[in-house]
Amino acid sequence: MTKLKDLACYIRSKNAGPFWLTIDIFCDREEEYRTLKKAENLAPEQIAQRFRVAKSSVRIFYLDQLQAVKISFPRPLVQGDMAEVDMHAGQQYVRLLDLYIEEQ
Amino acid sequence: MVKCRVLVPSGVLGSGFPDGTLAYGAALQPDVIAIDGGSTDSGPYYLGRGASKMTREAIKHDLRRILRLRDRLEIPFLVGSCGTCGADGQVDWVSEICQEILQEENLHAKIALLYCEQSSAELGRYREKGKIKPLEPVMPLDQDLLDSCSHIVALAGPEPYSRAVAQGADIVLGGRTSDPAVLAAIPLSKGCPAGPVWHAAKVAECGAFCTDSSLWSGVIFAVDEDGFEIEPLMADSACTPHTVSAHMLYENADPFAVSEPGGRLNTAAAVYRAVSDRRVRVEGSQFDAAASYSMKLEGARARGYQTIMLAGIQAPEILAHIEMWLEKLTLFLKEKVGAVLNISPAEYDLSLRAYGWNGINAPLAGGKAIPPPHEVGVLLTVTAKTQEVATKIARLSNPYLLHFPLREEGPMPTFAFPFSPAEVERGQIFEFVLNHIVEVAAPFDLVRCRMIDGGKA
Repeated sequence: MTKLKDLACYIRSKNAGPFWLTIDIFCDREEEYRTLKKAENLAPEQIAQRFRVAKSSVRIFYLDQLQAVKISFPRPLVQGDMAEVDMHAGQQYVRLLDLYIEEQ
Repeated sequence: MVKCRVLVPSGVLGSGFPDGTLAYGAALQPDVIAIDGGSTDSGPYYLGRGASKMTREAIKHDLRRILRLRDRLEIPFLVGSCGTCGADGQVDWVSEICQEILQEENLHAKIALLYCEQSSAELGRYREKGKIKPLEPVMPLDQDLLDSCSHIVALAGPEPYSRAVAQGADIVLGGRTSDPAVLAAIPLSKGCPAGPVWHAAKVAECGAFCTDSSLWSGVIFAVDEDGFEIEPLMADSACTPHTVSAHMLYENADPFAVSEPGGRLNTAAAVYRAVSDRRVRVEGSQFDAAASYSMKLEGARARGYQTIMLAGIQAPEILAHIEMWLEKLTLFLKEKVGAVLNISPAEYDLSLRAYGWNGINAPLAGGKAIPPPHEVGVLLTVTAKTQEVATKIARLSNPYLLHFPLREEGPMPTFAFPFSPAEVERGQIFEFVLNHIVEVAAPFDLVRCRMIDGGKA
Protein backbone atom coordinates (compact mmCIF):
# COMPACT_ATOMS: atom_id res chain seq x y z
CA MET A 1 0.00 0.00 0.00
CA THR A 2 1.26 3.43 -0.98
CA LYS A 3 0.28 6.76 0.46
CA LEU A 4 -1.05 9.64 -1.58
CA LYS A 5 2.02 11.72 -0.80
CA ASP A 6 4.24 9.06 -2.42
CA LEU A 7 2.35 9.24 -5.72
CA ALA A 8 1.89 12.98 -6.09
CA CYS A 9 4.63 15.47 -6.92
CA TYR A 10 2.63 18.46 -5.68
CA ILE A 11 -0.54 18.78 -3.63
CA ARG A 12 -2.22 22.06 -2.70
CA SER A 13 -5.46 23.28 -1.18
CA LYS A 14 -7.19 26.63 -1.41
CA ASN A 15 -10.54 28.34 -1.09
CA ALA A 16 -12.62 28.47 -4.24
CA GLY A 17 -14.61 31.45 -2.99
CA PRO A 18 -15.73 31.71 0.65
CA PHE A 19 -17.95 28.63 0.44
CA TRP A 20 -15.85 25.99 -1.35
CA LEU A 21 -12.58 24.25 -0.70
CA THR A 22 -10.56 22.71 -3.51
CA ILE A 23 -7.57 20.38 -3.50
CA ASP A 24 -5.30 19.82 -6.51
CA ILE A 25 -3.11 16.73 -6.78
CA PHE A 26 -0.45 16.72 -9.51
CA CYS A 27 1.57 13.70 -10.64
CA ASP A 28 4.93 13.73 -12.40
CA ARG A 29 4.64 10.32 -13.99
CA GLU A 30 1.82 8.84 -15.98
CA GLU A 31 1.71 5.52 -14.07
CA GLU A 32 1.35 7.39 -10.78
CA TYR A 33 -1.54 9.38 -12.21
CA ARG A 34 -3.15 6.20 -13.54
CA THR A 35 -2.86 4.59 -10.12
CA LEU A 36 -4.58 7.59 -8.56
CA LYS A 37 -7.27 7.61 -11.21
CA LYS A 38 -8.06 3.95 -10.57
CA ALA A 39 -7.75 4.14 -6.79
CA GLU A 40 -10.96 3.16 -5.06
CA ASN A 41 -9.78 4.90 -1.92
CA LEU A 42 -9.62 8.32 -3.52
CA ALA A 43 -13.40 8.60 -3.58
CA PRO A 44 -16.11 10.90 -2.20
CA GLU A 45 -16.60 8.61 0.81
CA GLN A 46 -13.02 8.96 2.06
CA ILE A 47 -12.96 12.69 1.39
CA ALA A 48 -16.29 13.18 3.15
CA GLN A 49 -15.02 11.28 6.17
CA ARG A 50 -11.73 13.16 6.39
CA PHE A 51 -13.25 16.62 6.07
CA ARG A 52 -16.59 15.89 7.75
CA VAL A 53 -18.72 16.95 4.80
CA ALA A 54 -21.61 15.22 3.00
CA LYS A 55 -20.48 12.51 0.57
CA SER A 56 -22.92 13.74 -2.06
CA SER A 57 -21.28 17.19 -2.02
CA VAL A 58 -17.80 15.96 -2.98
CA ARG A 59 -16.77 16.45 -6.61
CA ILE A 60 -13.74 14.73 -8.10
CA PHE A 61 -12.25 15.66 -11.49
CA TYR A 62 -9.57 13.85 -13.48
CA LEU A 63 -7.42 15.95 -15.81
CA ASP A 64 -5.57 13.55 -18.06
CA GLN A 65 -3.54 16.17 -19.92
CA LEU A 66 -2.26 17.63 -16.67
CA GLN A 67 -1.99 14.29 -14.88
CA ALA A 68 -3.92 15.90 -12.07
CA VAL A 69 -6.83 15.05 -9.81
CA LYS A 70 -9.00 17.80 -8.41
CA ILE A 71 -11.28 17.43 -5.41
CA SER A 72 -13.83 20.11 -4.48
CA PHE A 73 -16.42 20.25 -1.71
CA PRO A 74 -18.25 22.90 0.32
CA ARG A 75 -16.12 24.29 3.12
CA PRO A 76 -16.95 22.59 6.43
CA LEU A 77 -17.08 26.13 7.84
CA VAL A 78 -17.76 29.23 5.77
CA GLN A 79 -14.49 31.16 5.36
CA GLY A 80 -13.94 33.48 8.32
CA ASP A 81 -16.37 31.68 10.64
CA MET A 82 -15.68 32.35 14.30
CA ALA A 83 -14.04 28.91 14.56
CA GLU A 84 -11.87 29.51 11.46
CA VAL A 85 -8.32 28.18 11.68
CA ASP A 86 -7.23 28.36 8.04
CA MET A 87 -8.54 31.49 6.32
CA HIS A 88 -7.26 30.53 2.84
CA ALA A 89 -7.61 26.76 3.39
CA GLY A 90 -3.95 26.52 2.38
CA GLN A 91 -3.08 23.76 4.87
CA GLN A 92 -6.13 21.55 4.41
CA TYR A 93 -4.46 19.24 1.87
CA VAL A 94 -2.20 17.88 4.63
CA ARG A 95 -5.14 15.86 5.88
CA LEU A 96 -4.97 13.76 2.70
CA LEU A 97 -1.22 13.09 2.57
CA ASP A 98 -1.46 9.83 4.47
CA LEU A 99 -4.43 8.45 2.54
CA TYR A 100 -3.61 4.88 1.49
CA ILE A 101 -3.84 4.25 -2.24
CA GLU A 102 -4.04 0.66 -3.42
CA GLU A 103 -1.58 -0.18 -6.23
CA GLN A 104 -3.19 -2.04 -9.13
CA MET B 1 -8.43 40.31 -38.53
CA VAL B 2 -9.84 40.91 -35.07
CA LYS B 3 -7.14 41.07 -32.47
CA CYS B 4 -6.92 42.59 -29.04
CA ARG B 5 -4.00 42.67 -26.63
CA VAL B 6 -4.52 43.09 -22.91
CA LEU B 7 -1.68 44.10 -20.59
CA VAL B 8 -2.19 42.78 -17.06
CA PRO B 9 0.46 44.43 -14.82
CA SER B 10 -0.05 41.95 -11.95
CA GLY B 11 -2.63 39.83 -10.19
CA VAL B 12 -3.74 42.63 -7.91
CA LEU B 13 -3.33 46.39 -7.80
CA GLY B 14 -0.97 47.30 -4.99
CA SER B 15 1.19 44.18 -5.03
CA GLY B 16 4.16 46.26 -6.23
CA PHE B 17 5.11 44.79 -9.58
CA PRO B 18 8.81 44.81 -10.52
CA ASP B 19 10.20 47.73 -12.53
CA GLY B 20 10.76 46.99 -16.18
CA THR B 21 7.88 44.57 -16.55
CA LEU B 22 5.46 47.24 -17.77
CA ALA B 23 7.93 48.37 -20.42
CA TYR B 24 8.15 44.82 -21.69
CA GLY B 25 4.38 44.71 -22.10
CA ALA B 26 4.21 48.21 -23.60
CA ALA B 27 6.59 47.20 -26.39
CA LEU B 28 4.01 44.61 -27.50
CA GLN B 29 1.47 47.38 -28.20
CA PRO B 30 -1.42 46.56 -25.88
CA ASP B 31 -4.93 47.85 -26.63
CA VAL B 32 -5.82 48.14 -22.96
CA ILE B 33 -4.28 47.86 -19.50
CA ALA B 34 -6.51 45.98 -17.07
CA ILE B 35 -6.00 44.82 -13.51
CA ASP B 36 -8.01 43.30 -10.72
CA GLY B 37 -8.03 45.13 -7.41
CA GLY B 38 -9.83 42.80 -5.07
CA SER B 39 -10.92 39.42 -3.82
CA THR B 40 -12.82 37.71 -1.04
CA ASP B 41 -9.76 35.56 -0.47
CA SER B 42 -8.55 37.35 2.63
CA GLY B 43 -11.82 36.83 4.46
CA PRO B 44 -14.97 38.72 5.42
CA TYR B 45 -13.32 41.64 7.24
CA TYR B 46 -12.63 43.73 4.13
CA LEU B 47 -16.18 43.70 2.80
CA GLY B 48 -17.66 43.87 6.28
CA ARG B 49 -15.62 46.94 7.10
CA GLY B 50 -15.48 48.37 3.59
CA ALA B 51 -11.68 48.35 3.80
CA SER B 52 -8.71 47.66 1.55
CA LYS B 53 -6.10 44.97 2.15
CA MET B 54 -3.52 46.82 0.06
CA THR B 55 -2.21 50.08 1.46
CA ARG B 56 -2.64 53.49 -0.12
CA GLU B 57 1.13 53.75 -0.68
CA ALA B 58 1.37 50.41 -2.48
CA ILE B 59 -1.65 51.17 -4.65
CA LYS B 60 -0.18 54.56 -5.47
CA HIS B 61 3.14 52.96 -6.42
CA ASP B 62 1.44 50.71 -8.96
CA LEU B 63 -1.03 53.30 -10.20
CA ARG B 64 1.64 55.94 -10.85
CA ARG B 65 3.57 53.64 -13.17
CA ILE B 66 0.43 52.48 -14.96
CA LEU B 67 -1.00 56.00 -15.37
CA ARG B 68 2.24 57.28 -16.91
CA LEU B 69 2.25 54.40 -19.37
CA ARG B 70 -1.45 54.79 -20.14
CA ASP B 71 -0.91 58.43 -21.00
CA ARG B 72 2.00 57.64 -23.28
CA LEU B 73 0.20 54.81 -25.11
CA GLU B 74 -3.19 56.59 -25.06
CA ILE B 75 -5.10 53.40 -24.29
CA PRO B 76 -7.80 52.73 -21.70
CA PHE B 77 -6.93 51.52 -18.23
CA LEU B 78 -9.43 49.47 -16.22
CA VAL B 79 -9.38 48.50 -12.54
CA GLY B 80 -11.88 45.98 -11.21
CA SER B 81 -12.89 45.50 -7.56
CA CYS B 82 -11.23 48.66 -6.26
CA GLY B 83 -9.88 48.50 -2.73
CA THR B 84 -10.21 44.73 -2.20
CA CYS B 85 -13.96 44.54 -1.48
CA GLY B 86 -15.20 46.87 -4.22
CA ALA B 87 -17.64 48.75 -2.00
CA ASP B 88 -18.63 52.25 -3.19
CA GLY B 89 -16.33 53.99 -0.71
CA GLN B 90 -13.41 51.99 -2.04
CA VAL B 91 -14.05 53.16 -5.61
CA ASP B 92 -13.93 56.75 -4.35
CA TRP B 93 -10.78 56.00 -2.37
CA VAL B 94 -8.90 54.62 -5.40
CA SER B 95 -10.27 57.53 -7.46
CA GLU B 96 -8.76 60.01 -4.98
CA ILE B 97 -5.38 58.29 -5.24
CA CYS B 98 -5.68 58.34 -9.00
CA GLN B 99 -6.49 62.05 -9.11
CA GLU B 100 -3.65 62.84 -6.77
CA ILE B 101 -1.22 61.13 -9.16
CA LEU B 102 -2.68 62.86 -12.23
CA GLN B 103 -2.12 66.21 -10.47
CA GLU B 104 1.42 65.33 -9.42
CA GLU B 105 2.34 64.04 -12.86
CA ASN B 106 0.58 66.87 -14.69
CA LEU B 107 -1.61 64.46 -16.64
CA HIS B 108 -5.24 64.58 -17.62
CA ALA B 109 -7.75 61.75 -17.95
CA LYS B 110 -11.47 61.19 -18.03
CA ILE B 111 -12.35 58.80 -15.22
CA ALA B 112 -15.45 56.63 -15.08
CA LEU B 113 -16.45 55.35 -11.66
CA LEU B 114 -18.61 52.24 -11.55
CA TYR B 115 -20.50 51.63 -8.33
CA CYS B 116 -22.10 48.28 -7.61
CA GLU B 117 -22.78 48.33 -3.89
CA GLN B 118 -26.43 47.44 -3.23
CA SER B 119 -28.94 48.53 -0.63
CA SER B 120 -30.83 45.81 1.19
CA ALA B 121 -34.10 47.57 0.26
CA GLU B 122 -33.32 47.38 -3.48
CA LEU B 123 -32.26 43.75 -3.20
CA GLY B 124 -35.41 43.06 -1.18
CA ARG B 125 -37.45 44.07 -4.22
CA TYR B 126 -35.49 41.63 -6.38
CA ARG B 127 -35.97 38.95 -3.74
CA GLU B 128 -39.74 39.46 -3.68
CA LYS B 129 -39.84 38.98 -7.45
CA GLY B 130 -37.90 35.71 -7.10
CA LYS B 131 -34.86 37.20 -8.82
CA ILE B 132 -32.38 36.24 -6.09
CA LYS B 133 -31.33 32.60 -6.27
CA PRO B 134 -29.07 30.54 -4.02
CA LEU B 135 -25.87 28.89 -5.18
CA GLU B 136 -24.49 25.63 -3.75
CA PRO B 137 -24.06 25.22 -0.81
CA VAL B 138 -27.47 26.76 -0.20
CA MET B 139 -27.67 29.35 2.56
CA PRO B 140 -30.90 30.84 3.89
CA LEU B 141 -31.94 34.33 2.86
CA ASP B 142 -34.58 36.70 4.17
CA GLN B 143 -34.98 40.44 4.45
CA ASP B 144 -33.55 40.52 7.99
CA LEU B 145 -30.38 38.91 6.76
CA LEU B 146 -30.04 41.42 3.91
CA ASP B 147 -30.66 44.25 6.39
CA SER B 148 -28.02 42.89 8.76
CA CYS B 149 -25.20 43.20 6.19
CA SER B 150 -22.85 46.14 6.57
CA HIS B 151 -22.02 45.98 2.84
CA ILE B 152 -23.48 44.05 -0.09
CA VAL B 153 -21.92 44.16 -3.54
CA ALA B 154 -23.11 42.69 -6.84
CA LEU B 155 -20.26 41.51 -9.07
CA ALA B 156 -20.28 43.52 -12.29
CA GLY B 157 -19.67 41.99 -15.68
CA PRO B 158 -17.60 43.44 -18.55
CA GLU B 159 -20.37 45.52 -20.15
CA PRO B 160 -20.26 48.58 -17.84
CA TYR B 161 -16.49 48.84 -18.47
CA SER B 162 -16.69 48.71 -22.25
CA ARG B 163 -19.63 51.12 -22.26
CA ALA B 164 -17.71 53.62 -20.11
CA VAL B 165 -14.77 53.43 -22.53
CA ALA B 166 -17.12 53.88 -25.50
CA GLN B 167 -18.45 56.98 -23.75
CA GLY B 168 -14.96 58.45 -23.60
CA ALA B 169 -13.46 57.22 -20.34
CA ASP B 170 -9.67 56.88 -20.29
CA ILE B 171 -9.68 55.24 -16.89
CA VAL B 172 -12.44 53.06 -15.45
CA LEU B 173 -12.39 52.39 -11.72
CA GLY B 174 -14.93 49.71 -10.86
CA GLY B 175 -16.50 48.40 -7.71
CA ARG B 176 -16.69 44.66 -7.13
CA THR B 177 -16.42 42.90 -10.46
CA SER B 178 -16.01 39.34 -11.63
CA ASP B 179 -12.19 39.01 -11.68
CA PRO B 180 -11.93 38.00 -15.36
CA ALA B 181 -14.60 40.51 -16.51
CA VAL B 182 -12.34 43.54 -16.22
CA LEU B 183 -9.77 41.80 -18.45
CA ALA B 184 -12.44 40.55 -20.87
CA ALA B 185 -14.26 43.88 -21.36
CA ILE B 186 -12.31 45.47 -24.21
CA PRO B 187 -11.58 42.31 -26.26
CA LEU B 188 -15.31 41.45 -26.13
CA SER B 189 -16.31 44.93 -27.23
CA LYS B 190 -13.88 44.72 -30.15
CA GLY B 191 -15.67 41.60 -31.34
CA CYS B 192 -13.21 38.93 -30.26
CA PRO B 193 -14.85 35.51 -29.74
CA ALA B 194 -16.21 35.03 -26.21
CA GLY B 195 -14.69 31.58 -25.54
CA PRO B 196 -11.04 32.59 -25.98
CA VAL B 197 -11.62 36.00 -24.35
CA TRP B 198 -13.07 34.59 -21.13
CA HIS B 199 -10.54 31.80 -20.99
CA ALA B 200 -7.63 34.20 -21.47
CA ALA B 201 -9.09 36.53 -18.86
CA LYS B 202 -9.54 33.71 -16.37
CA VAL B 203 -5.96 32.54 -16.86
CA ALA B 204 -4.54 36.08 -16.62
CA GLU B 205 -6.57 37.41 -13.69
CA CYS B 206 -3.94 36.35 -11.14
CA GLY B 207 -1.14 37.88 -13.22
CA ALA B 208 2.02 35.78 -13.23
CA PHE B 209 0.44 32.90 -11.29
CA CYS B 210 -0.07 31.20 -14.66
CA THR B 211 3.67 31.33 -15.40
CA ASP B 212 6.60 29.28 -14.07
CA SER B 213 7.49 32.05 -11.64
CA SER B 214 5.29 32.76 -8.66
CA LEU B 215 6.76 36.26 -8.26
CA TRP B 216 4.23 39.09 -8.28
CA SER B 217 4.30 40.29 -11.84
CA GLY B 218 2.05 40.29 -14.86
CA VAL B 219 1.23 38.83 -18.25
CA ILE B 220 0.07 40.04 -21.64
CA PHE B 221 -2.42 38.13 -23.74
CA ALA B 222 -3.67 38.57 -27.29
CA VAL B 223 -7.03 37.25 -28.45
CA ASP B 224 -7.71 36.59 -32.13
CA GLU B 225 -10.43 34.89 -34.13
CA ASP B 226 -9.41 31.36 -33.18
CA GLY B 227 -7.88 31.52 -29.75
CA PHE B 228 -5.47 33.43 -27.53
CA GLU B 229 -1.76 33.63 -26.77
CA ILE B 230 -0.27 34.54 -23.42
CA GLU B 231 3.22 35.32 -22.12
CA PRO B 232 4.78 36.72 -18.93
CA LEU B 233 6.00 40.29 -18.50
CA MET B 234 9.10 39.06 -16.66
CA ALA B 235 11.69 38.47 -19.35
CA ASP B 236 13.22 35.45 -17.61
CA SER B 237 10.04 33.53 -16.87
CA ALA B 238 7.78 31.49 -19.12
CA CYS B 239 4.23 30.36 -19.76
CA THR B 240 4.11 26.66 -20.64
CA PRO B 241 1.10 24.52 -21.61
CA HIS B 242 1.33 23.05 -18.11
CA THR B 243 1.43 26.34 -16.19
CA VAL B 244 -1.40 27.83 -18.26
CA SER B 245 -3.70 24.82 -18.13
CA ALA B 246 -2.93 24.18 -14.44
CA HIS B 247 -4.08 27.69 -13.60
CA MET B 248 -7.65 26.73 -14.46
CA LEU B 249 -7.55 24.63 -11.29
CA TYR B 250 -6.44 27.43 -9.01
CA GLU B 251 -9.14 28.69 -6.62
CA ASN B 252 -11.72 27.17 -8.93
CA ALA B 253 -14.09 24.41 -7.80
CA ASP B 254 -14.65 23.09 -11.34
CA PRO B 255 -11.52 23.00 -13.55
CA PHE B 256 -13.47 23.13 -16.81
CA ALA B 257 -16.25 25.59 -16.06
CA VAL B 258 -16.43 29.12 -14.71
CA SER B 259 -19.73 30.95 -14.31
CA GLU B 260 -19.76 34.58 -15.38
CA PRO B 261 -22.59 37.12 -15.38
CA GLY B 262 -23.63 36.44 -18.98
CA GLY B 263 -22.88 32.74 -19.27
CA ARG B 264 -20.39 30.03 -18.62
CA LEU B 265 -16.83 29.46 -19.79
CA ASN B 266 -16.20 25.86 -20.82
CA THR B 267 -12.57 24.83 -21.27
CA ALA B 268 -13.10 21.06 -21.56
CA ALA B 269 -12.11 21.06 -25.25
CA ALA B 270 -9.28 23.60 -24.95
CA VAL B 271 -5.92 22.66 -26.49
CA TYR B 272 -2.74 24.24 -25.09
CA ARG B 273 0.35 24.49 -27.28
CA ALA B 274 3.75 26.15 -26.82
CA VAL B 275 4.42 28.61 -29.65
CA SER B 276 7.78 29.69 -28.24
CA ASP B 277 9.81 28.87 -25.16
CA ARG B 278 7.74 31.37 -23.18
CA ARG B 279 4.45 31.85 -25.00
CA VAL B 280 1.42 29.52 -25.09
CA ARG B 281 -1.44 29.38 -27.57
CA VAL B 282 -4.87 28.09 -26.52
CA GLU B 283 -7.69 27.14 -28.88
CA GLY B 284 -11.02 25.41 -28.48
CA SER B 285 -12.42 27.34 -25.48
CA GLN B 286 -16.19 27.81 -25.48
CA PHE B 287 -18.50 30.30 -23.86
CA ASP B 288 -22.12 29.27 -23.46
CA ALA B 289 -24.36 32.31 -23.14
CA ALA B 290 -26.92 32.05 -20.33
CA ALA B 291 -30.65 32.61 -20.77
CA SER B 292 -30.54 35.38 -18.17
CA TYR B 293 -27.90 37.80 -16.95
CA SER B 294 -27.00 37.25 -13.31
CA MET B 295 -24.67 38.99 -10.90
CA LYS B 296 -23.15 37.20 -7.93
CA LEU B 297 -23.81 38.81 -4.57
CA GLU B 298 -21.35 39.13 -1.72
CA GLY B 299 -22.46 40.28 1.70
CA ALA B 300 -20.83 40.50 5.09
CA ARG B 301 -22.16 41.38 8.50
CA ALA B 302 -20.70 42.12 11.91
CA ARG B 303 -20.22 39.16 14.18
CA GLY B 304 -18.97 40.85 17.35
CA TYR B 305 -15.59 41.91 18.70
CA GLN B 306 -12.54 39.84 19.48
CA THR B 307 -9.72 39.96 21.99
CA ILE B 308 -6.86 37.46 21.85
CA MET B 309 -3.95 36.43 24.06
CA LEU B 310 -0.95 34.23 23.33
CA ALA B 311 1.06 32.12 25.78
CA GLY B 312 4.10 29.99 24.91
CA ILE B 313 4.60 26.70 26.74
CA GLN B 314 7.74 24.55 26.83
CA ALA B 315 7.17 22.95 30.27
CA PRO B 316 7.49 19.20 29.52
CA GLU B 317 5.02 18.10 32.20
CA ILE B 318 2.29 20.32 30.72
CA LEU B 319 3.07 19.36 27.13
CA ALA B 320 2.94 15.67 28.05
CA HIS B 321 -0.74 16.20 28.95
CA ILE B 322 -1.53 19.16 26.73
CA GLU B 323 -4.95 17.88 25.70
CA MET B 324 -6.10 17.44 29.30
CA TRP B 325 -4.63 20.80 30.31
CA LEU B 326 -6.48 22.60 27.50
CA GLU B 327 -9.78 20.96 28.41
CA LYS B 328 -9.42 21.73 32.10
CA LEU B 329 -8.41 25.34 31.51
CA THR B 330 -11.28 25.94 29.07
CA LEU B 331 -13.83 24.64 31.58
CA PHE B 332 -12.21 26.59 34.40
CA LEU B 333 -12.25 29.87 32.45
CA LYS B 334 -15.89 29.47 31.44
CA GLU B 335 -16.86 28.90 35.06
CA LYS B 336 -14.91 31.97 36.14
CA VAL B 337 -16.57 34.15 33.52
CA GLY B 338 -19.99 33.21 34.88
CA ALA B 339 -19.01 33.41 38.55
CA VAL B 340 -16.93 36.59 38.52
CA LEU B 341 -18.26 38.63 35.61
CA ASN B 342 -21.81 37.28 35.63
CA ILE B 343 -21.72 36.88 31.84
CA SER B 344 -23.81 34.00 30.49
CA PRO B 345 -22.35 31.47 27.99
CA ALA B 346 -24.71 32.77 25.30
CA GLU B 347 -23.07 36.19 25.43
CA TYR B 348 -19.55 35.18 24.40
CA ASP B 349 -17.37 32.55 22.76
CA LEU B 350 -14.06 31.44 24.23
CA SER B 351 -11.59 29.04 22.66
CA LEU B 352 -8.04 27.83 23.28
CA ARG B 353 -6.00 26.58 20.35
CA ALA B 354 -2.61 24.94 20.78
CA TYR B 355 -0.50 26.15 17.85
CA GLY B 356 2.25 23.63 17.22
CA TRP B 357 -0.08 20.82 18.25
CA ASN B 358 -3.24 20.48 16.18
CA GLY B 359 -3.82 24.21 16.04
CA ILE B 360 -5.02 23.90 12.45
CA ASN B 361 -6.53 20.43 12.32
CA ALA B 362 -7.10 17.87 15.04
CA PRO B 363 -5.97 14.36 14.12
CA LEU B 364 -8.57 12.13 12.48
CA ALA B 365 -10.66 9.94 14.71
CA GLY B 366 -8.97 6.57 14.93
CA GLY B 367 -5.68 8.05 13.73
CA LYS B 368 -2.60 7.62 15.88
CA ALA B 369 -2.06 10.20 18.62
CA ILE B 370 0.48 12.85 17.74
CA PRO B 371 3.18 13.18 20.42
CA PRO B 372 3.58 16.54 22.14
CA PRO B 373 6.14 18.80 20.48
CA HIS B 374 8.95 20.72 22.18
CA GLU B 375 6.85 23.87 22.40
CA VAL B 376 3.31 25.05 21.73
CA GLY B 377 1.72 28.46 21.48
CA VAL B 378 -1.68 28.60 23.16
CA LEU B 379 -3.99 31.15 21.61
CA LEU B 380 -6.95 32.37 23.62
CA THR B 381 -9.69 33.88 21.46
CA VAL B 382 -12.65 35.63 23.04
CA THR B 383 -15.55 36.91 20.93
CA ALA B 384 -18.37 39.00 22.40
CA LYS B 385 -20.93 41.63 21.45
CA THR B 386 -18.66 44.50 22.44
CA GLN B 387 -14.90 44.99 22.61
CA GLU B 388 -15.28 45.87 26.26
CA VAL B 389 -16.84 42.51 27.14
CA ALA B 390 -14.35 40.54 25.04
CA THR B 391 -11.43 42.28 26.71
CA LYS B 392 -12.96 41.91 30.16
CA ILE B 393 -13.12 38.14 29.64
CA ALA B 394 -9.59 38.01 28.24
CA ARG B 395 -8.25 40.00 31.18
CA LEU B 396 -10.03 37.75 33.63
CA SER B 397 -8.34 34.82 31.87
CA ASN B 398 -4.90 36.44 32.07
CA PRO B 399 -3.59 35.00 35.38
CA TYR B 400 -4.87 31.53 34.50
CA LEU B 401 -3.41 31.45 31.02
CA LEU B 402 -0.14 32.48 32.72
CA HIS B 403 -0.21 30.05 35.68
CA PHE B 404 -2.80 27.28 35.25
CA PRO B 405 -1.35 24.03 36.70
CA LEU B 406 -1.98 20.56 35.41
CA ARG B 407 -3.22 19.41 38.82
CA GLU B 408 -4.50 21.51 41.69
CA GLU B 409 -2.07 19.94 44.14
CA GLY B 410 0.92 20.50 41.85
CA PRO B 411 3.33 23.46 41.86
CA MET B 412 2.26 26.61 40.06
CA PRO B 413 3.88 27.00 36.63
CA THR B 414 4.44 30.29 34.81
CA PHE B 415 4.18 30.31 31.02
CA ALA B 416 5.69 32.68 28.49
CA PHE B 417 3.68 35.77 27.53
CA PRO B 418 5.25 37.66 24.63
CA PHE B 419 3.34 40.91 25.27
CA SER B 420 2.44 43.45 27.94
CA PRO B 421 -0.44 43.94 28.14
CA ALA B 422 -0.94 40.32 27.25
CA GLU B 423 -4.26 40.85 25.50
CA VAL B 424 -4.61 42.16 21.95
CA GLU B 425 -7.85 43.76 20.83
CA ARG B 426 -8.71 42.63 17.31
CA GLY B 427 -11.65 44.96 16.87
CA GLN B 428 -14.84 44.09 15.07
CA ILE B 429 -15.07 40.84 13.16
CA PHE B 430 -17.37 39.93 10.29
CA GLU B 431 -18.84 36.93 8.49
CA PHE B 432 -19.88 36.19 4.91
CA VAL B 433 -23.58 35.49 4.67
CA LEU B 434 -24.60 35.60 0.99
CA ASN B 435 -23.99 32.87 -1.56
CA HIS B 436 -26.54 34.01 -4.11
CA ILE B 437 -26.99 35.51 -7.55
CA VAL B 438 -29.38 38.23 -8.60
CA GLU B 439 -30.94 38.09 -12.06
CA VAL B 440 -31.11 41.44 -13.84
CA ALA B 441 -32.69 42.50 -17.12
CA ALA B 442 -29.53 44.31 -18.29
CA PRO B 443 -25.86 44.32 -17.19
CA PHE B 444 -26.19 47.97 -16.15
CA ASP B 445 -29.26 47.68 -13.93
CA LEU B 446 -27.36 47.44 -10.65
CA VAL B 447 -24.23 49.36 -11.73
CA ARG B 448 -24.15 53.15 -11.48
CA CYS B 449 -21.65 55.09 -13.59
CA ARG B 450 -20.23 58.55 -12.86
CA MET B 451 -17.80 60.39 -15.15
CA ILE B 452 -15.28 62.86 -13.74
CA ASP B 453 -12.30 64.80 -15.07
CA GLY B 454 -9.01 63.95 -13.41
CA GLY B 455 -5.79 65.98 -13.35
CA LYS B 456 -4.96 69.16 -15.26
CA ALA B 457 -7.76 70.89 -17.16
